[in-house]
Amino acid sequence: MNKMKKITSMPLFLPIFCMLLVMAANIVYDISCGNFALNFFSISVRNGVLYGRLIDILNRGSEIAILAIGMTLVVSASAGTDISVGSVMALSASMCCMILAGYGNASVNELANPLLLGVLGGILIGCVCGAFNGFLVAYLSVQPMVATLILFSAARAIGLLLCNNLIVYVRVDSFKMFGGYLGFLPTPIVIAAVCIVIAMIVLKKTALGLYVQSVGINKKASRIAGLNSARFIFLCYVVCGLCAGIAGIVGASRISSADSNNIGLNYELDAILSVALGGNSLGGGKFRLAGSIIGAYTIQAITTTLYALGVSSDVAPVYKAIIVIIIVTVQAPPFKAYLARRSAKKALAKGGAAA
Amino acid sequence: MENNVVLTMRGITMTFPGVRALDNVDFTLRKGEIHALMGENGAGKSTLIKCLTGINAFEAGEIHVEGIQGPVVNHSTLDAQKKGISTVYQEVNLCPNLSVAENLFIGREPKTKFGTIDWKAMVKRSKEIMAGLDMNIDVTQNLEEYSLALQQMIAIARAVDMDCKVLILDEPTSSLDDNEVEKLFGLMRSLRDKGVGIIFVTHFLEQVYAVCDRITVLRNGQLVGEYPIAELPRVKLVAAMMGKDFDDLASIKSDESPVFSDEDLLIDAKGMSHRGTIKPFDLEIHKGEVVGLTGLLGSGRSELARVIYGADKNQTGTLKVKGKEVKINNPIDAMNLGMGLLPDDRKAEGIIADLSVRENIILALQAKRGIFSLLSMKEQNALADKFIDMLQIKTASRETLIRQLSGGNQQKVILGRWLATNPEFLILDEPTRGIDIGTKTEIQKLVLQLAKEGKGVIFISSEIEEMLRTCSKMAVLRDGAKVGEITENLTQETVMKAIAGGDQNE
Repeated sequence: MNKMKKITSMPLFLPIFCMLLVMAANIVYDISCGNFALNFFSISVRNGVLYGRLIDILNRGSEIAILAIGMTLVVSASAGTDISVGSVMALSASMCCMILAGYGNASVNELANPLLLGVLGGILIGCVCGAFNGFLVAYLSVQPMVATLILFSAARAIGLLLCNNLIVYVRVDSFKMFGGYLGFLPTPIVIAAVCIVIAMIVLKKTALGLYVQSVGINKKASRIAGLNSARFIFLCYVVCGLCAGIAGIVGASRISSADSNNIGLNYELDAILSVALGGNSLGGGKFRLAGSIIGAYTIQAITTTLYALGVSSDVAPVYKAIIVIIIVTVQAPPFKAYLARRSAKKALAKGGAAA
Repeated sequence: MENNVVLTMRGITMTFPGVRALDNVDFTLRKGEIHALMGENGAGKSTLIKCLTGINAFEAGEIHVEGIQGPVVNHSTLDAQKKGISTVYQEVNLCPNLSVAENLFIGREPKTKFGTIDWKAMVKRSKEIMAGLDMNIDVTQNLEEYSLALQQMIAIARAVDMDCKVLILDEPTSSLDDNEVEKLFGLMRSLRDKGVGIIFVTHFLEQVYAVCDRITVLRNGQLVGEYPIAELPRVKLVAAMMGKDFDDLASIKSDESPVFSDEDLLIDAKGMSHRGTIKPFDLEIHKGEVVGLTGLLGSGRSELARVIYGADKNQTGTLKVKGKEVKINNPIDAMNLGMGLLPDDRKAEGIIADLSVRENIILALQAKRGIFSLLSMKEQNALADKFIDMLQIKTASRETLIRQLSGGNQQKVILGRWLATNPEFLILDEPTRGIDIGTKTEIQKLVLQLAKEGKGVIFISSEIEEMLRTCSKMAVLRDGAKVGEITENLTQETVMKAIAGGDQNE
């Protein structure tokens, strides 16, 4: 009983529990199909690269995981969400492809500019978008949803302008690599892992985490205690833009083109959901990055699982919604309080009986 | 149930993580009485109130309310209000961005025939309510436009207006000045005569003896006893609260007033001001000097300190720190010059509610060190433990969230936050508000100790006695301007006269 309590009160219990739940559903399904080899967990090597459903989840979940890093900071510091990240991904992809293909070219087999220039360009435009959002929120006190709504609707269009209204294809192996394979591992997994590790190290080795949480919980008190609240909120949006920029390049590389209308479509919702699934309050303040990351991969796991179960991609959102409702309910404070009251009552009844 | 009893609580028990907040507490409230609930910080007063109003769920015990069959369990304050229990809390719990009228009627707005809100009736009723309390203010203005004191009065007006059998006042007077307190007492007495039972939680002993009929004392979450006021003189009350005999707040200041030379000049403000809050003022503070800022609430005493600290921007004049002219744009600039500010509005500007005691203590020091030199966990723990020990902060552990602490203990944590930065010049704005007597003396001693170590202190308090015990100089403020200084002959009388605007100052 006590041990159980200890485990359930661990900070990351719920996100991990949800992740395990999704995995358990997979296992049950595999067994019920008479497939004891456990399709879900099997990882094989084909053509010199890793294959398997787990690998697929990690691979496809990379963009959401990268976005979740920035989104976590934004939510914590400003008690709001950046809904422009999906669009900014598309803009970053367009910028990158435009530089690599040269303005006006629709399809190239050779790079017009160095690869690094294109990648940096994409990332930079992401940061600029983040800075724009951050400026509106931190210095002009525009509500985050409204401020980021501007780029939510405009960024894709700007991306199209950059590409002269074309879908620019960059059919070059070195560019395809970001969405392809690095040795035997899918590159997106490596990129996401690097981003996550860097974020973790920064949070561990600097006071950023404390500052951001403090500002998110009480802006006025943080200022009196010597923190420049506006600057940290601004910084969080820039980081969020940076993450969107990186994710955009991965997305573009996967299809080796800048499809401004489809890259990162609805990703902002998955990113926000990752933060919530990770047990972080969307009201700002305290956050756990690890929770958001687990949340991101949980979402991808749900999607992949549904596809594996043969649910069509048109209907999948319905099942996804049901699963999300359950997960969110389990994490909701009133539900937790209800459980706590019940167990307290039980304990009391037991105590009474003993006396 | 006795005939004239409106509320009984029996055997109320409740635990917070690691702390037994209430242990088998009984409480009885009769019709038409003002009943003081007394105890030190963390004795369980606020927790008991919260159990009654449904904010905390208690684990054992029963509550009975007159006219309601069977035990009552409230699940929310709304629930409690419906049963005739209204509350005004220690910190104003209204919505600052709504108008006064909306705040008065939130959750029970008058409706038109069509089911929409009847704004006209709401404003009219609001005006009547406020006028009934001798407050003629514009009820359509946002609440945040008014001072903390007025907001408190509005909160009380709201509670009073909701036909209540039981009115709970949790430290309602801590942000009111004497005049407003008298007004409130008048109101309380007339409500009592109408048969309302009033529970009055306060730290001010004088106020208890001024209005109350009965006292219930709590200590460490347990009931000490219930006494008619006549049977419990002041000294005995203090003894009951502290659990030991207590010699009334003794004089702790040495009599000889120190002499300061110009070389020791720490802060030299000339003509500083902030539009709308404080007119140009001069102020000198020396090393080892405790300067009191006194005046009625809203006279500009907090605002003066905020301008020096850079919390409000200085718009005219100059500031010299240790003889060097400086420009302060933000609090961090002031901190780097060795300053610290303990703000008076603890909830809005002091605590970071969802962070732990440890994080709250190290915050200012960490801000000063900068983002890249994070204090190691070992250093953080050591600092937290040091101040928890030194200031006797009652907390389950250093990782407890600060919002789970009682108000007085939160204040001590914020005090610890500033002491951790080792400031040369500390501004303490109402540091003892909501703090029990024993700790008050400790804080006063601490202030004198800081002065002895050669630090400069600005001390702001509504209690003149407290300032007389600690300050060697007092600056008097009236209507947003500094009107004089008293350096000699500091007595209650001279200070009161100066505040009121007599002849001898200026």
